[in-house]
Amino acid sequence: MLEITSTRHNPLVDPVLSVWSWEIPVYLFFGGMIAGMMILAGLNMLRLAKGERAEGFYSVQTPILGFILMNLGMGALFLDLAHKLFVYRVYMAFEPLSPMSWGSWVLLLVYPVILVSALIRLPQAWPWLGERLPVLQRLSDALVASPGKIRLLGGLNVGLGIALGIYTGILLSTMVARPLWNSAILGPLFLFSGLSAAAAMVHLVASLVPGHPAPRSFLGGALAMLVQPLGDRPPEPRTADGLIKADLGFLAIELVLIGLLFIGLLSSSASHVAAVDLLVSGKYATVFWGVVIVAGILVPLALQWLELGHRIPHTVIPAVLVLAGGFALRWVMVGAGQASHMVAAAGF
Amino acid sequence: MPRFGMVIDTLKCVGCMDCVVACQTENDVPQGYCRDWIVTETRGAFPNLTLEIRSERCNHCDNPPCVTCCPTGASHVEDFGRTVQVTANQCIGCKACLAACPYGARFVHPDGYADKCTFCLHRVKEGKDPACVSVCPTHCMAFGDLDDPKSEVSRLLASRKYHTLLPEAGTKPRVFYLT
Ligand code: SF4
Ligand code: SF4
Repeated sequence: MLEITSTRHNPLVDPVLSVWSWEIPVYLFFGGMIAGMMILAGLNMLRLAKGERAEGFYSVQTPILGFILMNLGMGALFLDLAHKLFVYRVYMAFEPLSPMSWGSWVLLLVYPVILVSALIRLPQAWPWLGERLPVLQRLSDALVASPGKIRLLGGLNVGLGIALGIYTGILLSTMVARPLWNSAILGPLFLFSGLSAAAAMVHLVASLVPGHPAPRSFLGGALAMLVQPLGDRPPEPRTADGLIKADLGFLAIELVLIGLLFIGLLSSSASHVAAVDLLVSGKYATVFWGVVIVAGILVPLALQWLELGHRIPHTVIPAVLVLAGGFALRWVMVGAGQASHMVAAAGF
Repeated sequence: MPRFGMVIDTLKCVGCMDCVVACQTENDVPQGYCRDWIVTETRGAFPNLTLEIRSERCNHCDNPPCVTCCPTGASHVEDFGRTVQVTANQCIGCKACLAACPYGARFVHPDGYADKCTFCLHRVKEGKDPACVSVCPTHCMAFGDLDDPKSEVSRLLASRKYHTLLPEAGTKPRVFYLT
């Protein structure tokens, strides 16, 4: 028997650590999704640079949406900070051993790349702005006309996307004190979960208002540019099929990575085994099995498989489920990870 | 340069919590929070039970994960005594250090920054012991330079059996418990 009592009663620390609430899962979810959107957009930019036609690749048109989501994610992170006035301090230091420091600097590089990427589409997608700022059109034309620049931009999107996606996992996995996070699998897991959320998001927004000319009004154009594919025809079927195929791959890899995470932890110390219990049968089990695994991975896998085989019609349901599952994965990992702790060794 | 550490005799500690109150008074610890606390650990099966009472706090680890994870450098190893400290006006309150500490030694001060035991560095600089050490009625605590073989802490560690908390975390804690 081992019985431990403590007089400590610090808020957010006792009885279990709960310093991070909904804000950090939101930040990690948007961060992962934007990373995935950058990778998808970057890969398609590389294809554009080789001369393929842009209409097929809606993901190239999503950086504006990515920029908005990024600000939402950063907003959530800011809300989480307890000493908000001092936030500028992050950029007055570079701490090479701190993943959070690396992440902050990577995010600073991500912003300009997303904004330049958005230029490819901005003037046409939001005619109101394009007409008032002709310089945007000239910049856009110069960008689109230069395969070298598009290739560079594509490469930057892919590289920074991978860095950002992995960072969202590494941020947690370097903390020895929290056994559930102690796995190098967490980086790739969050990266692939981000990719599947990105494919789902691109698919979802491309299906919302397909095939209309961009509205000319200020507000209509501003809203439509976030979700509307360019052109007056709906995106070609290969856009949707390509995204579904990609998503099937990402979800399958995610499932394998979750399996590997469990195998790694279960074959480790008592603290790690106890940490897995939190997900498998403990407080977080319902959300983990119900939302992350079944609703967020298995059901969309099955539905998208049937959609690809044209046995059921295309709907946005799998995309919505994948997004819900992606957020639930972050929420569960952040919550259960904090609750996991090192178990005192027997005997001393 | 000294490397400060603390040695606590669990055979003498009675869990009176004088150290907790002394710390709260000395360091103006906000109400409802604590920088040190008492743990009572019972092991074994009746009737073969062992009881250990410990006064716990930040271990001022030699390998502190709370320092490496800090994005701003607010958590740092102080040159004087190699103690682990937080500079409040560099801290953004991201709470990474709270998650990284295996001992739960830190908390968020109501003013927003990460806070914890400082080994009463302000007293130590004046040549005094930390408040908890100086007030303990059983004299179960000793404080001093671990690198000085003649210090009380070094002599106690050389002559007695001891353990640290969660040594498997690899943090190399500098609070030692005599058994
Ligand atoms: S006990 Fe915790 S807060 Fe103190 S130095 Fe070690 S890891 Fe950091
Ligand atoms: S809460 Fe403050 S001291 Fe702790 S890691 Fe964040 S910035 Fe550093």
